[in-house]
Amino acid sequence: MAISFNLNGKQAMADVAPDTPLLWVLRDTLGMTGTKFGCGKALCGACTVHLNGQAVRSCQTPIGSVAGQKVTTIEGLAANHPVKKAWVALDVPQCGYCQPGQMMQASALLANNKSPSDADIDAWMSGNICRCGTYPRIRAAIKAAAKA
Amino acid sequence: MENIKMTARRDFLKATAAVGGGLSLGFYLPGASKVAEAQAATHSPNAWIKIGTDNSVTIMCARSEMGQDVYTSLAMLIAEELEVDVNKVKVEFAPPAEAYINALLGGQITGGSTSVRDAWEKLRKAGASARMMLVGAAAAQWNVDAAQCKAVGGAVTGPGGKRATYGQLAESASKMEVPKDVPLKPNAEWKQIGNMKQKRLDTPAKVAATATFGIDVRVPDMLYAAVAMPPMIGGTVASYDDERAKNMPGVKAVVQYSRGVAVVADSYWQAKKAKDLLEISWNEGPNANNDMRKVWGGMRDAAAQPGAVFREHGDADGALGSVAKLYEATYELPFLSHSPMEPMNTVAHVRADGATIITPTQFQQLVPFVVAGATGLKPEQINVITTFLGGGFGRRVEVDYTIDAAEISKAVGAPVKMVWSREDDMTHDSYRPGGIYKVKMGVDAAGKLVAYRYHGTSPSISSRLFPSIVKDGIDPFSVEAIDNFPYAVPNHKLTYQMFDAGITPGYWRGVSHNQNCYVVEGFIDEVAHALGKDPIQFRIDNLEYSEEKHKWSGLSAGQAVGGRMKRVLEDVKAKSGWGAKLPDGKGRGVAVMEGYNTVMAAVVDVTISKNYDVTVDKVTYSVDAGPLIHPDQAAAQVESSTIFGQSAALYGEITVKNGGVEQMNFDQYRVVRMNEAPKSIAIHWIPAAKDQPPGGLGEPATAVVTAAIGNAIFSASGIRVRRLPFSPENIKAFADPRHTMKPTNL
Repeated sequence: MAISFNLNGKQAMADVAPDTPLLWVLRDTLGMTGTKFGCGKALCGACTVHLNGQAVRSCQTPIGSVAGQKVTTIEGLAANHPVKKAWVALDVPQCGYCQPGQMMQASALLANNKSPSDADIDAWMSGNICRCGTYPRIRAAIKAAAKA
Repeated sequence: MENIKMTARRDFLKATAAVGGGLSLGFYLPGASKVAEAQAATHSPNAWIKIGTDNSVTIMCARSEMGQDVYTSLAMLIAEELEVDVNKVKVEFAPPAEAYINALLGGQITGGSTSVRDAWEKLRKAGASARMMLVGAAAAQWNVDAAQCKAVGGAVTGPGGKRATYGQLAESASKMEVPKDVPLKPNAEWKQIGNMKQKRLDTPAKVAATATFGIDVRVPDMLYAAVAMPPMIGGTVASYDDERAKNMPGVKAVVQYSRGVAVVADSYWQAKKAKDLLEISWNEGPNANNDMRKVWGGMRDAAAQPGAVFREHGDADGALGSVAKLYEATYELPFLSHSPMEPMNTVAHVRADGATIITPTQFQQLVPFVVAGATGLKPEQINVITTFLGGGFGRRVEVDYTIDAAEISKAVGAPVKMVWSREDDMTHDSYRPGGIYKVKMGVDAAGKLVAYRYHGTSPSISSRLFPSIVKDGIDPFSVEAIDNFPYAVPNHKLTYQMFDAGITPGYWRGVSHNQNCYVVEGFIDEVAHALGKDPIQFRIDNLEYSEEKHKWSGLSAGQAVGGRMKRVLEDVKAKSGWGAKLPDGKGRGVAVMEGYNTVMAAVVDVTISKNYDVTVDKVTYSVDAGPLIHPDQAAAQVESSTIFGQSAALYGEITVKNGGVEQMNFDQYRVVRMNEAPKSIAIHWIPAAKDQPPGGLGEPATAVVTAAIGNAIFSASGIRVRRLPFSPENIKAFADPRHTMKPTNL
């Protein structure tokens, strides 16, 4: 049975088993590959999206639980969002693979905390792994985005 | 490196035979013309540059972009001499071709911190050569002397206000003779090389999430494969029951391939769910009962062997028998996983008449051979497309996953995207080899270093991948940062013993610099402290200042660089706050290394808790890497390799049990996270000397930071930890007074 939900402001439908993780619905069913697969166990944050404005790991979010809800992915985060602008201004990405998840996690932080401290950033971002080690620039970009 | 250059290309055949099932294949020499043929409405002055009649300039990027910025920095080298704004060019990943071979490695490989070093002259000459042809075409058209024409901003200007764009000149330029003598701009005229404000050209796509990684590739009618591979290293499928799996929704086929069993379905999740229902019995293979007791027992036995000598001067063993003070230590390093964020994957479409392989690879040139071996096609029938890489770190020099995908695609007769789970990736990696390192230093009554002995024991990576570069028992990629032992000790003997631990060894960011720098710099620090000397001054006082050549120089400078080492040590001493009194629980350690012709000194500040948890607070570098092409991203590489090294230094350890890797995911293989990253990484660059070529920057800090963290832990706690990682367990073990190094007074 098709499951419908709001994806980046538009209605989306997926005729998949309800236990299918949102991650794979986005990537395979809907062809939106900006959201990345990293660990499949909510350990790395690469698949982070917003569900009703909250950052969630889409690899652990069954599509059945998303029916009728509002999902925002990296593709739905506005190009002029302060987080995206700061990421560009500071050339944060290296390989870039984890960065959609990092940006979704960071934008959820800034939605609730207009001027996060280092400790706030540490606590909020520590679920998102970057193997290229872009953490210093992510930290700086979050601060820059907070000031924007 | 000459020996590697000469032989690595021949090794393609051997490597192919090894991984491709014993087939004999001809060598692939497509030639640069093949690249030119592929272009339609564009004209190519050479294999690197395509100029469209619409004035578009496309620069071919022959190295894989895995975060290290080749996409921008290599394009900058061409753009500088071509006289085009790099921000206006389009960059394309090059196909496998002879023209794109990395001269430092002998293959079209991205690795060894060689991309910029290899490209430095070659790409500037490619740009200059194309510019000269464009100017020549304009001069011919205007019937004037080329010296009267000037290339600027993608156009040629000439006498009397004449002007033609590169697009207008491209066709005639492509017919010009390729110039033989191609002078390069003097450094003072560089407008783009060294531009502090240059941005990465791939950032906008990576922030918009439109950059295509291998795992993002979608082709028409594509199916998805999830795989089951043997849990023990070297195992194979004995038999399997797919009754439940093949009846799952969306499943198209269950196929056995060389390494395992694949479930192919309409979507990855359907394939993965069905894969979990496979019942497979495995032939356990030669490593069935392997575990860490066996690995370390075997390694210790091997370490008792004499090994092969790779550097010797005087009579070290004799001298060590008669010194005033003899210091000895043994260091142990664990196996490590690469674990890039993008798990291994490949899209393969194998047809009767050819194949397309779209893959995130560091070694595209090898892919046609191994896929040919796996499919029965000819290498020239195989089209390889390189995507962005979601991290590489050496893992993607291996082409195993491209073979798997090709076999699966062939078996189902459809385009297939094979995606590994994180668990597949972590348990089927090639691993940074562990090792045991025994060192001795003899000091005379006046405190002078008189004899040094090094004996390293570890698995040899090249014996598996490039056997013919292994000579006389020495793998050049096991003796980096030790063949160029930087201290002047009149009697020294350095030996290496290889040992197959049953854990597939692989090239891992920094390769053997990591082991050897930790050993060399940890031990020299121990000796300095034991003699009551300042660790930085002691190093400076004992550096090798001759220009001694190193036989197994690998990718290093090839000779002693004492003067450069002294300079970075003095610089880092001045800039790190060295010598200041630190509060309890805090410490500061130093390390220095030359690798990839980059000389780098680090001072690390750490805090150690009562429970032996280590925090890396601050890292200060002084780096002599020659000219920086893209300075901001040169810094990014040092930041990156610092944190990559920190992960290994504090947490990294892969273990095996029942022949298989025990760590499955990031909960069991811990890596540095935001809250653990240093709050400050300060990088101070030594200005380039005249005509100094660039050194490599993608790797050396990984090794240097690890050694400096160990020395900082000693400074903070008085505990000399001779086993990595610097986990609370290992630090606690070495807190035992039995481990305090006391000299034997002879």
